Amino acid sequence: MPSKNEFDVIIIGGGITGAGTARDCAMRGLRVLLIERHDIATGATGRNHGLLHSGARYAVKDSESAEECIRENKILRSIASNCIEDTGGLFITLPEDEEAGFGLDYQQKFIDACQRAGIEARAISPSDAREMEPSVNPSLIGAVVVPDGSVDPFRLCAANVTDAAMHGAKVLVYTEFIDFIREGDTIQGVQVLDTRTGVKAEYRAPVTVNAAGIWGHGVAEKAGVHIGMYPAKGALLVFGHRVNNVVINRCRKSADGDILVPGDSVTVIGTTSTKVPFEECDHMEVTPDEVRLLLREGCALCPSLASTRILRAYAGVRPLVADDSDPTGRSISRGIVCLDHETRDGVKGFISITGGKLMTYRLMAELATDAVCRKLGVNQACSTAETPLPGSVDGRIETVSKRFEGKVTLGQKGAAGRQGDLVGKLRFDSDADKQLVCECENVTLAEIKYAVAELGVRSLGDLRRRTRVGMGTCQGTLCIRKAAKALAQALGDPSLEAKLAADYLDERWKGMRAVGWGDTLREMEFMQRVYKFEKPYSYDEI
Amino acid sequence: MQENNISTGNFEQCQKCSLCETVCPVMANNPDYGGPKRSGPDGQRYRLKNGIFYDDSLKYCLNCKRCEVACPSGVRIADLIQQARIEFSQKPPRLRDIMLASTDQMGPVASAVAPLVNFSLGLSPVKGLLDLTIGLDHRRTLPKYSSETFVHWFNKKAAARQDEFKKHISYFHGCYANYNYPQLAKDFVAVMNAFGYGVHLIEGERCCGVAKIANGMIPAATRDAKANMNAFSKSLVKGRDIITVSTTCTMTLLEEYPELLKVDNSSIKEHISLVEPFLYKAIASGQIKPVWKEGWKARAAYHCPCHQERLGLGIFTTELLKMIPGLELTELESNCCGIAGTYGFKKENFRVSQLIGKKLFDDIAAAAPEFVACECETCKWQIEMSTGVPVKNPVSILAEALDLEKTSELNCA
Repeated sequence: MPSKNEFDVIIIGGGITGAGTARDCAMRGLRVLLIERHDIATGATGRNHGLLHSGARYAVKDSESAEECIRENKILRSIASNCIEDTGGLFITLPEDEEAGFGLDYQQKFIDACQRAGIEARAISPSDAREMEPSVNPSLIGAVVVPDGSVDPFRLCAANVTDAAMHGAKVLVYTEFIDFIREGDTIQGVQVLDTRTGVKAEYRAPVTVNAAGIWGHGVAEKAGVHIGMYPAKGALLVFGHRVNNVVINRCRKSADGDILVPGDSVTVIGTTSTKVPFEECDHMEVTPDEVRLLLREGCALCPSLASTRILRAYAGVRPLVADDSDPTGRSISRGIVCLDHETRDGVKGFISITGGKLMTYRLMAELATDAVCRKLGVNQACSTAETPLPGSVDGRIETVSKRFEGKVTLGQKGAAGRQGDLVGKLRFDSDADKQLVCECENVTLAEIKYAVAELGVRSLGDLRRRTRVGMGTCQGTLCIRKAAKALAQALGDPSLEAKLAADYLDERWKGMRAVGWGDTLREMEFMQRVYKFEKPYSYDEI
Repeated sequence: MQENNISTGNFEQCQKCSLCETVCPVMANNPDYGGPKRSGPDGQRYRLKNGIFYDDSLKYCLNCKRCEVACPSGVRIADLIQQARIEFSQKPPRLRDIMLASTDQMGPVASAVAPLVNFSLGLSPVKGLLDLTIGLDHRRTLPKYSSETFVHWFNKKAAARQDEFKKHISYFHGCYANYNYPQLAKDFVAVMNAFGYGVHLIEGERCCGVAKIANGMIPAATRDAKANMNAFSKSLVKGRDIITVSTTCTMTLLEEYPELLKVDNSSIKEHISLVEPFLYKAIASGQIKPVWKEGWKARAAYHCPCHQERLGLGIFTTELLKMIPGLELTELESNCCGIAGTYGFKKENFRVSQLIGKKLFDDIAAAAPEFVACECETCKWQIEMSTGVPVKNPVSILAEALDLEKTSELNCA
């Protein structure tokens, strides 16, 4: 009888890659431990566009990535219906693109490349494009329709974690990897620290998977293994409401700020790409230059962004990996990197899965799980491409919201959109349960109670990632005390309320500060007045 | 770094301060209504994502626009709500709603057989039947129809002498003064004539369309708006400003045409005025001079209609009325009377409508005036029915208090 600290596989990192790998391993019958030092989806997973790539963006330059994307795109549509929205996408050609050598000739080349990769792409007239997406830059000279969409990365990550847990995986959040337990050249497990309690623990497994994104660099170092990783910062801006309902891209060589994605109740423009030192990865700030650049490029896609309120700015770090085949380390691999450190470095029981993208997380998880199974001698096929995620068995909001009895409230519709077919687990027993806590995002007390009880919520940030609480126009000013009270009660310590709220507002403030002018500045002043805190804002620099 | 923030109805300017919720008369009385913030700017964000987030409770908004008056950020909250109802409401207007809304269709028919209509609408079995069949609340006193329309009277009795004046205005009488209460329009003609203005009807005047907007009959309202704009431009060619007496008609012409019906009114906006600001400014600047009846005395309480408040014009009425030497005027605290046009006639709204008005009714009872002064016809129905105190339009008060003959001598010389 194995002890409770022994597993078949330990996965380090609760981003989408780790979550997907945990799900796949658990579905193949392995005893899984997933550890994450913060909350799930706090790294690059939660800090990107939320674009459900069709692969068109990669079609001309990197047909392999394009083919991967479209395959995974189709799979996610069938297994993660609750997390994705079929918005469709446009690749537009602007007059200035033509001058830069990316005119309609390039458009044809782009369409041909898409078709070769199996991506449905068809040119439509500028007037049809304006009709399809009225916010698009009206001076466009060409447009191509592709099957892009949007994906909610928080929801997708949570669904993978939930499913892993439903298949028996143990999930430990706020549990930091400290070091490996090593016997000669074999990794036998990990030492971890519970960041809440300060208690250390050890867990053992014959295989450990490093799925820690950019932080995987440091994890590998602890095993004495070098992965040449490059942190590439990408900054994004969130606009206050949906400006577009179709993804808009530029039909040219990929560049900064050329993707505009409608995600849930907002629109996101991104991104930039700047190499940053590892030390900065934990403390990303968006600079005025980045904001300026994103706004300028965003306005080229959609001119009304110039007069649309920006809610906040944020940045993530892409885990780029140097190509092993290039001894200089300069050439970056954009694809999936799955390293068996036994064959590569002579370290047994250790696998790194990195590179790749949100879009291809499932494939990454499959490759990593295949490698795990090979090591364990398990012969079990992957079934993640065919099995819907929890919430997505029939996850469309239109179907789910019909399940409620009587008149469906806004809060119930909101929950249906977020929790998919798991929404039946919400208990609307009293009038208080039906009350909206977050009015911007239609979050009820019932949904908060559900998230706290079932989705491993420890902080209001965690709650935000599960429910969108405090993500709307007021950035938590009006709702966060209510949410804090509910959470503190659920955590069994009502005295936590003020601390929970303060931590949340600090984090919101950081994102607002980078775009602190106009109505966002007024909102910040309102927040400041309500909570009586003193913070400098930096709008003068901008 | 960015241009000004521009969004439909300014919904993105909303800071979520919730001031609107503190002044919403419906929210305080109907728990089924989500309130202006949730129905307006908050709802808008989600409706932009998916029409499924349209909430049927938006029908409870009575469009008093008090939220817009309160909003420190200039969000057109009530417009956002009306707009959403126009765009998303799946339910076609009921027969009752069409009847209530079509003031210009019902008017001529009812006026033709006014005694019969007034008699039957006053009978409780008829009211009970209307309540049961079409949902007109049986407790409601229904407006009476006049057997002679104002337009008929005007053409027969007054039109001929209007060209004799030196100054001229066009008069937008609206449906109420024409079909229900011609005396108001007659008072208007008498007052304007006394001040030396020739009054002219606007050829092709149609209903302003507000009741149609409120009842979801947008194509019909838009047809009215376009016809009116056309009629106004013909009138303006003659150099005559357009003077109105109904608050809500005026708000519709000025605000709802461009915002809700997308009918451009920029060419006439500067030339439309409610009668009270028009007269106040003319008197204050010395262009016209009133002569008051000696010994005329009255005690009145002024109720400012919600839409007068939205237009920011209530002050002109009170200042004008304060010029009357014999009038003792109490200004009532600003509160909605609850009827909101056709809203309070509907069976499902009657209870809330009366709850909303309660504070105003109590204030009126406490002030115990001889009559209430108020510009709005539907406020008049509501207040008279609910308090028993008569309501007079400021124009009618002027007609009583002015020595029309002497005023005429002074101003027409």
